[in-house]
Amino acid sequence: MAEARGAAARGAAHGRNARAPELIELYRRMVTIREAEKSCGALFAAGEIPGFIHLSDGQEGVSVGVMASLRADDTIASTHRGHGHALAKGLGLDGFFRELMGKADGACKGRGGSMHVADLSVGMLGANGIVGGGVAIALGSGLAQKLRGGDGLAICFFGDGALAEGIVHESLNIAQLKQIPILFVCENNGWSEFSPTSTQVTFTLEKLAAAYGIPYVGADGSDVETVAELAADVVDRVRRDRGPAVLEFATTRIRGHYEGDAQRYRQDKAPPVDPLLVARARLDERGVPAAEVEAIEADIRAEVRRAVEAARLSPDPTLESAAEEVYAPVEATA
Amino acid sequence: MSEARFAHAINRALDDALAADPSVLLLGEDIANAGGTFAVTRGLLDKHGPDRVIDMPIAENAIAGMAVGLALGGFRPVVEIMFMDFMTLTMDALVNQAAKLHFMFGGQSAVPMVVRTQHGGGLNAGPQHSQCLEAWFAHIPGLKVVVPATLDDAYALLRSAIDDPNPVLFVENKALYPMKGALSDAPPAAPIGKARIARAGSDVTIVSYGAMVHQAMAAAEQLAGEGVSAEVIDLRTVQPWDEAAVLASLAKTHRLVIAHEAVEAFGVGAEIAARMAQIGFDELDGPIMRVGAPFMPVPFGRGLEVDYMPSAARIVEAVRATDV
Ligand SMILES: Cc1ncc(C[n+]2csc(CCOP(=O)(O)OP(=O)(O)O)c2C)c(N)n1
Repeated sequence: MAEARGAAARGAAHGRNARAPELIELYRRMVTIREAEKSCGALFAAGEIPGFIHLSDGQEGVSVGVMASLRADDTIASTHRGHGHALAKGLGLDGFFRELMGKADGACKGRGGSMHVADLSVGMLGANGIVGGGVAIALGSGLAQKLRGGDGLAICFFGDGALAEGIVHESLNIAQLKQIPILFVCENNGWSEFSPTSTQVTFTLEKLAAAYGIPYVGADGSDVETVAELAADVVDRVRRDRGPAVLEFATTRIRGHYEGDAQRYRQDKAPPVDPLLVARARLDERGVPAAEVEAIEADIRAEVRRAVEAARLSPDPTLESAAEEVYAPVEATA
Repeated sequence: MSEARFAHAINRALDDALAADPSVLLLGEDIANAGGTFAVTRGLLDKHGPDRVIDMPIAENAIAGMAVGLALGGFRPVVEIMFMDFMTLTMDALVNQAAKLHFMFGGQSAVPMVVRTQHGGGLNAGPQHSQCLEAWFAHIPGLKVVVPATLDDAYALLRSAIDDPNPVLFVENKALYPMKGALSDAPPAAPIGKARIARAGSDVTIVSYGAMVHQAMAAAEQLAGEGVSAEVIDLRTVQPWDEAAVLASLAKTHRLVIAHEAVEAFGVGAEIAARMAQIGFDELDGPIMRVGAPFMPVPFGRGLEVDYMPSAARIVEAVRATDV
């Protein structure tokens, strides 16, 4: 069966910025993430996805907008809320669902799950169960890109809660000191698990970036076109100048911290800004026929349904085969 | 064959690995311009340049994390962590990231990286610059732990560690750096996971690694004078350790002592003793004895540190205690 490739792998890039795809294509990629995560929520509630999952509803604009100008050889390190990043970077729906359901033919043979899903073939260096855990890994990956001599770059995604972790500060310092081609992308949804991040950090990322002398751009993450255009410019700059940059996007965490979180701690009653609705309204304004948009949505729903069905039929892994891969065999890379 | 110091054997291994493989690079605090706190990397910057021998700021967590990213990106980073005590600051990168990625990503990737560090007392460096923490890392599936005792092994095991596709912790004992010895022009290969019989014997097996091998050898010498023939096994690799070699020796001598400089409680000796009690029970003619440091932080004062560190005399005592 042909692997359904992820959103980023589809479609030619053309738009207002030379690199940014048309809104309809960006919308389609966002819908792919939303529909996949909707299914995740249902599968989790039904007990078909073990463990726990953190959905990125409300943050699709950042994943899709930033990833739109990346190449397969650019690398990203992600977070515990990494489904959108993985799919937008090119992880296929089949490998994605099979992994989340813990199947033998999942992207990571059912050993990683939601919080550790990776696809190195598309430069996705893994979700990460450790807040800030991916930041220095991306930094090393960026240094590898620089030492190899091409124009590839690395991106680390992190939440505003991770700003309190020392590794972010160490990494910003080293990135600027060693001029490493890395883009630090903060998805600022205001929440650090169950606490407002404003109760946890005394600085803004803008000021922090300034302290390290790193160029900073902040924008609204619910407008995928803005994100895509800004990211295309900044990615170009990092590619060319071989040094770091910081991007921060205001986003919304529409659902709870994890699935099943009743959010009793949450006081904000204003309805969240949904990047899909923002994009959808703009498509209407621009006269894209509703039927065309709905056909795209229906296609994606069918694709997701098919991937879920296939994942259900996939075999479970064995402990023996897992035990064989605690260490890489010495002949593998020697 | 030439006479050299232990630190020089490591320097030569790094030099040769850098020359042999363009993907090898060194990262660490003061390793380039200054040549390292213990002068182990001296001269390497001049020979291999600043893209291969990279000075880093004092940020152990980020250095170790970067090594993971470099390894995923096709390089073979060799990190120097100045003192093993500072490994506490690298724990996320090593324990949660490097050790797990090959497994957790379903075998998609290897993480070929080495962390060189040094442990041990002898310099009166006190409780935060003398610890032997190798058992921590041996407890983590996915990490390998290597501790050389001789110059040839320091060279050959480091080359093996750099060639290995897995994250390897390479532990040098700081008291060994000035030790003089013979360094072969082409030291024989030392594969990871294979022990070495440092001295053959028939009455008792003394298992050790790192600097303590030399104490075990001194103990064996003293015991020989008393008519006791001790076999000294130099483990060389703590994870994975050479169970077969220890069992074979036990089958010959029927008595077992395990000696290491690290704290005895919950240490490497505990694992070896437990395994041998299980798979070598029929071979044992006496209790398995462990020699290690007492359960306290490494003390600073001269006499205190001497009393604290396991010695040849304590190994001899332990050997006597196996003869019930
Ligand atoms: C080192 C570490 N500490 C704590 C946690 C528990 N934890 C998981 S997610 C989270 C909040 C992270 O907030 P943020 O980085 O803003 O990401 P968001 O959940 O908002 O996407 C915490 C505290 C963890 N996984 N890792």
